[in-house]
Amino acid sequence: MTDDEKLLQQLLEKQKTGGLKPSDRFAIPSQPMPTQDEVERRSNIDEVALGYTETSARLEAMRCLQCKNTPCIEGCPVKIRIKDFVGAIADGNFGEALDIIKANSLLPAVCGRVCPQEVQCQAPCTVGKKFKDVEKGVAVGRLERFVADWDKSGDSIPEVAPATGKKVAVIGSGPGGVVVAADTRRAGHDVTVFEAFHKPGGVLVYGIPEFRLPKAIVQKEIDTLTKMGVDIVCNFVVGRTRTIAELMKEDGFDAVYIGVGAGLPRFMGIEGEHLVGVYSANEYLTRANLMKAYKFGKGADTPIAMSKKVAVLGGGNVAMDSARTAVRLGAEKVYLVYRRSEKEMPARVEEVHHAKEEGIEFCILQNPKRILGNEEGYVTGMECLKYELGEPDDSGRRRPIPIKGSEFTIDVDTVIVAIGNGANPLIGQTTPGLELSKWGNIVVDENCKTSLEGVYAGGDIVLGAATVILAMGQGRVAAAAINEYLTGKA
Amino acid sequence: MNVSHKILSKSQLSENVFTVEVEAPLVARARKAGQFVIVGISDDYGERIPLTIAGVDTDKGTIRLIWQRVGKTTAEMADLKIGESIDYIAGPLGNPTHIEKFGTVVCVGGGIGNAPLLPIATAMKEAGNKIIGILGARTKELIILEDEFAAISDELIVVTDDGSHGRKALVTEPLQEICSRDPKPDLAVAIGPAIMMKFCCRTTKQLDVPTQVSLNTIMVDGTGMCGGCRVEVGGKTKFVCVDGPEFDGHQVNFDLMMKRLGAYRTQEQKASAQYAEHRCKIGLTDTIRKKQ
Ligand SMILES: Cc1cc2nc3c(=O)[nH]c(=O)nc-3n(C[C@H](O)[C@H](O)[C@H](O)COP(=O)(O)OP(=O)(O)OC[C@H]3O[C@@H](n4cnc5c(N)ncnc54)[C@H](O)[C@@H]3O)c2cc1C
Ligand code: SF4
Ligand code: FES
Repeated sequence: MTDDEKLLQQLLEKQKTGGLKPSDRFAIPSQPMPTQDEVERRSNIDEVALGYTETSARLEAMRCLQCKNTPCIEGCPVKIRIKDFVGAIADGNFGEALDIIKANSLLPAVCGRVCPQEVQCQAPCTVGKKFKDVEKGVAVGRLERFVADWDKSGDSIPEVAPATGKKVAVIGSGPGGVVVAADTRRAGHDVTVFEAFHKPGGVLVYGIPEFRLPKAIVQKEIDTLTKMGVDIVCNFVVGRTRTIAELMKEDGFDAVYIGVGAGLPRFMGIEGEHLVGVYSANEYLTRANLMKAYKFGKGADTPIAMSKKVAVLGGGNVAMDSARTAVRLGAEKVYLVYRRSEKEMPARVEEVHHAKEEGIEFCILQNPKRILGNEEGYVTGMECLKYELGEPDDSGRRRPIPIKGSEFTIDVDTVIVAIGNGANPLIGQTTPGLELSKWGNIVVDENCKTSLEGVYAGGDIVLGAATVILAMGQGRVAAAAINEYLTGKA
Repeated sequence: MNVSHKILSKSQLSENVFTVEVEAPLVARARKAGQFVIVGISDDYGERIPLTIAGVDTDKGTIRLIWQRVGKTTAEMADLKIGESIDYIAGPLGNPTHIEKFGTVVCVGGGIGNAPLLPIATAMKEAGNKIIGILGARTKELIILEDEFAAISDELIVVTDDGSHGRKALVTEPLQEICSRDPKPDLAVAIGPAIMMKFCCRTTKQLDVPTQVSLNTIMVDGTGMCGGCRVEVGGKTKFVCVDGPEFDGHQVNFDLMMKRLGAYRTQEQKASAQYAEHRCKIGLTDTIRKKQ
């Protein structure tokens, strides 16, 4: 018996005899996430976080105080009954825990891995507050992932109501689209998902790398949709192959959900951004993930820069994913250049931690001034400026101010720009009457309905670059509204 | 639902240029002159390559693709046989050409650029324009679609670098003459290698003839997500797949574009060489020429 198993045994005994006091719970060590060796993983694309065992999951779950006021639930964008599912795990009732999660979230295996728990459910957790450290709070995401992975009922297909004869078109197969397809199909509608790429899954397959979210997990969700009778049509670019008006007027779709995600990567607007070796993170990650460029010449046909020294610009998840992908593609040196301080980085804490373990050098309070190139147009370096923090700006974060005369040059052959995306312009351009914000995002009401009758939208195209769980949450709202709209419709 | 893209006919237009008529009913129904598709020949490990739509048969639901064998994917496509299928064809992509009656339109095609140029010239003709065609290539064998252009042009000039067919000249020479006529043409459309478009634009700019070019950058998604297709037009960043593919040629920074086009040259040559070796082993004879 391992020490952990012994501890679990003792706690269970104690629970039977008199119950666990908060002090007993505080005494249980916060359970670390086992990970792949930090050196070994630099040269493979396998998942880094390996997941809890039953013992560590139950120990972690026993740290939960079962608070009456459940601050964690308040922090969850889709209000998963966290206290209850954590309690079920503590009792060893993993199936029950899963059912509780699934009542609010359709993609626990995905969300458990990619949600920024430290700013959501885990931020207000009483246990974390007690230790004055968010990371010491109950590890809700790791527990969510544990039950999702434990689930062996992979083949069970959600029940589908008798056919209604109504047709729903879902545009885009990201997390929002997947949820809308599942929820409207369950209501008995005839559902078709249109995806521009040759593979469904959205950012979950082309953006977020395998080492953080294995493709097989996403594929399983897609397969479930297919088994439920959802028709998934790839290589279909709505706005071009068919417009929304044509889908509704000529092809008989009664309702449409637009979940086309973010588009048009932002660049810095500095000299040298068109040089060979400057990528948007989207392009770099799409080549590496979806197109499997890491196998170029060994089966895969899509090339990618064979970089030795890489600078990644940005401090979000996308920047971390790009930097960590560059390491795996063989870069010897990867710099992460960020304008503010580490505290302000929007990336998940765990990703920052993993990136550092993998040898990525954090260059904080620095920003590029121009990218340098040679005669042939290839990147040879980057000139940066040092920054200091000034007064807080509108976002409440302290404004970075360049330090005059602090220019210096770093030697790089590749620059990956991960500073965000604008809105995807295609649907807006081809759908007259669809109301857009001044940034090109689709405007919706509280039911995710757009300015057009029967047309709903959600996810990044509405929120700007957001998160998986927010896209999923909007998908749920939109699906409920679509189901209601179609019930009323003749 | 899976749409099949069976190849119904295939031929070789020149040593390295191939054409197929392929089933793509959704694309055939929607496409307009000037648009392109993204093609992939293997779902899992294949590459996505943009190809222009050179023609369409809406009744049969087919489109015509023309491509030049330059890398591994285009070489593999050249080896596909009638009855075999292309894995996926997404599109039509890009904005259609703005067609109206301008008056006289001079259409300059270089090498494989004749393929995207043909539907545009045809649509311009149908809109009532007078068409002056200029087709150019290195040598006789590389002039494609000459008969098709002859059928729609009011005047057709063919040039080759080596004089093996038509005039011995670069396309800019007749272009300069035509743009110096009085009255001068109302519009020029130039499609071909970047270097050719660059010099055509230099010529027409001097003579003040508005010029449209169609750009063939590297692409990945084709829907405005990745930014790989970006070019500089009038000092601003534009995305060829959603803002183009056609732009005012006088505003395009061709030098930058040419550098970006060469981004993967060494890697592609390696892949092509590997594939050539593989072809030899499996008994396909035709040899692959290195990219210029
Ligand atoms: C690299 C990266 C890392 C990220 N990491 C995290 C993370 O750790 N945690 C987190 O919560 N969030 C993360 N995000 C954000 C998250 O992935 C997105 O917020 C979420 O995927 C948005 O979902 P969506 O439903 O809007 O659709 P998306 O996932 O954006 O998918 C949209 C789909 O629509 C398709 N499409 C586009 N246009 C058309 C068209 N005209 N016709 C048909 N189909 C079309 C696209 O091809 C795509 O497949 C990350 C994003 C990226 C890029
Ligand atoms: S706030 Fe923390 S301790 Fe309280 S119920 Fe939620 S997870 Fe448990
Ligand atoms: S090809 Fe990706 S944005 Fe144009």
